[in-house]
Amino acid sequence: MRHSWIPLFALKRLLFAIPLVLGVVIINFLLIQLAPGDPATVLVGDFPVPEEYLDRIRAEYGLDKSIPEQLIAYLGQLFQGNLGVSFSKRQDVLTLLLERMPATLKLTLSAMVLATIVGVLLGVVAAKYRGRAPDTASQVTTLLGFSVPEFWLGQILILLFAVTLGWLPLGGDAPVRGDGDVLFNLDYLVLPAVALSFRYVALIARMTRSSLLEVSSADFVAATRSRGVSESLILRRHTLKNAAPPVITVIGYNFGFILAGSVMVETVFGWPGIGRLLYESITSRDYPVMTAILLIISVTVVLANVLTDIVHALLDPRLERK
Amino acid sequence: MSTPTLHDATPNAEAAGLATQENALGEFWYRFSRNRAAVVCLFVVIVVIAAALLAPLISPYDPMSGVGAAQQPPGSPGHLLGTDHLGRDMFSQVIHGARVSLMVGFVVAAFATVLGVLIGALAGYYGGWVDNVLMRVTEFFQTLPRLVLALIIVALFGSGLTKLILVVAILSWPQTARVVRTGFRTLRSAAFVDAARVSGVPSWRIIATEILPNVLAPVVVVASLDVASAILTEASLSFFGLGDPNVVSWGGMLQQAQQYLRSAWWMAVFPGIAIAVLVLTFNVLGDGLNDALNPRLKDKD
Repeated sequence: MRHSWIPLFALKRLLFAIPLVLGVVIINFLLIQLAPGDPATVLVGDFPVPEEYLDRIRAEYGLDKSIPEQLIAYLGQLFQGNLGVSFSKRQDVLTLLLERMPATLKLTLSAMVLATIVGVLLGVVAAKYRGRAPDTASQVTTLLGFSVPEFWLGQILILLFAVTLGWLPLGGDAPVRGDGDVLFNLDYLVLPAVALSFRYVALIARMTRSSLLEVSSADFVAATRSRGVSESLILRRHTLKNAAPPVITVIGYNFGFILAGSVMVETVFGWPGIGRLLYESITSRDYPVMTAILLIISVTVVLANVLTDIVHALLDPRLERK
Repeated sequence: MSTPTLHDATPNAEAAGLATQENALGEFWYRFSRNRAAVVCLFVVIVVIAAALLAPLISPYDPMSGVGAAQQPPGSPGHLLGTDHLGRDMFSQVIHGARVSLMVGFVVAAFATVLGVLIGALAGYYGGWVDNVLMRVTEFFQTLPRLVLALIIVALFGSGLTKLILVVAILSWPQTARVVRTGFRTLRSAAFVDAARVSGVPSWRIIATEILPNVLAPVVVVASLDVASAILTEASLSFFGLGDPNVVSWGGMLQQAQQYLRSAWWMAVFPGIAIAVLVLTFNVLGDGLNDALNPRLKDKD
């Protein structure tokens, strides 16, 4: 069986992920604990209330217990999918996140697909015309991708395509504007997805180029060439296939970071996802929402890495020997 | 003349050592200067540093107070880059903004480098469980979504330049630790290290004076990239309104520009160009340093 070792490998990767997730949970808990200010007063608000009322609030939210007790209680709650209650919205945090998740997934997955297509294309062109004008152009694009802040790119795209040309909407307020559900309106997706994808276009293009160059200098490519196989067939049949694993690794490892990057882009475009929710929770000092978002993004990063390792293992049997 | 002894040879050897050091510097500059883009970027960095240091002298107005009519477009008399929604001079703000960006960039990179070198050296030199523990910690920090964590920590514990620098630095060291560890692992069993060990040189001296100088090349490259990413992170935090409210920062300017995209495009354009140029500069410098310090890599690709 070619892939018989994969399940064991996957299990091992998952087990390795457990301490990482636990570490993230503990960081979250510590952040909540160490945050300045009495959460009870935050819950109540600015107006003066009797001390007994504050005590009742503390008891209600378990804020009067010792720190280890609170950590255990916190872990127990997480296992039940209880992420706490939003201070400012007075709503279950999990419900709030689930409400916002589809918008974020739509944005990040679109950005990832876009970045993969454009990035691989740029990388292939750069490798094919190595050292010539297309290569230089691709490398300059890559450099810009690493240097331009995605939120500023978002603003510039708005200035160009929304304000000046009027081709696309300013931001993701479609339901408010009466344009129907924002999630199914592609017009609103184009600019944020482009802004979010640019950095990953750069990353993928760079990896594709270097991986292709490495593979094309391998002996088996020279051997194939010496048998008279055409260059384009070599690229399609042999080089691309062998150059793919590192590129796929880069894409997978960065999914979590695209999710983090969407925080900035969603804020610029008013995109109604969890990034925008993080911005709202920061401005209203809504600790439970903030930390829950950190938790969900960190866990997604860990899981995306595990998944990437498994896909990598499936694609690259050489890994088995390691 | 007495017969030559070991002592006679010493000054010569020292002179030779000095000469090789000078040559190394000359060779470094020769290789670095072949990368034209990197040389241009070095020049840009010097200009930006000068502008930041001399900001109060060269900026025409006080960046924090309104000095003209609000939202004047670029090229208005006396306001090269226009004015913002409060009538503050954009040009003066852009110049002053360089101060925060450079300071955060350099201080974060310095902190991250020291921390990364320390952790990487210990892990690589001692190996075994030390390596295991330190590398798991490094991996953990690399997994954390840096920007989101920084946003939340600063939001919880209050903004301010010192806190911001500390938070970003604590999240920035893993890359340095990794390259240092790799270097130490290769060199810890090298002949010259063994020689030092058998002649009784204590471990910390072997680490600091024998191995460390030989692994600094990639550290310098990573540090340059650290400056770039710290500048980006600071801009993002300031854009979220988490920067220091008492100083002008490019990210903070972009936050204000967000509300005036329809009426004052220049408020968004110039600070953003400033960020992009400075970050690009440090990225290209990193590439240039890499070419100059790792010539073999350059030949391969």
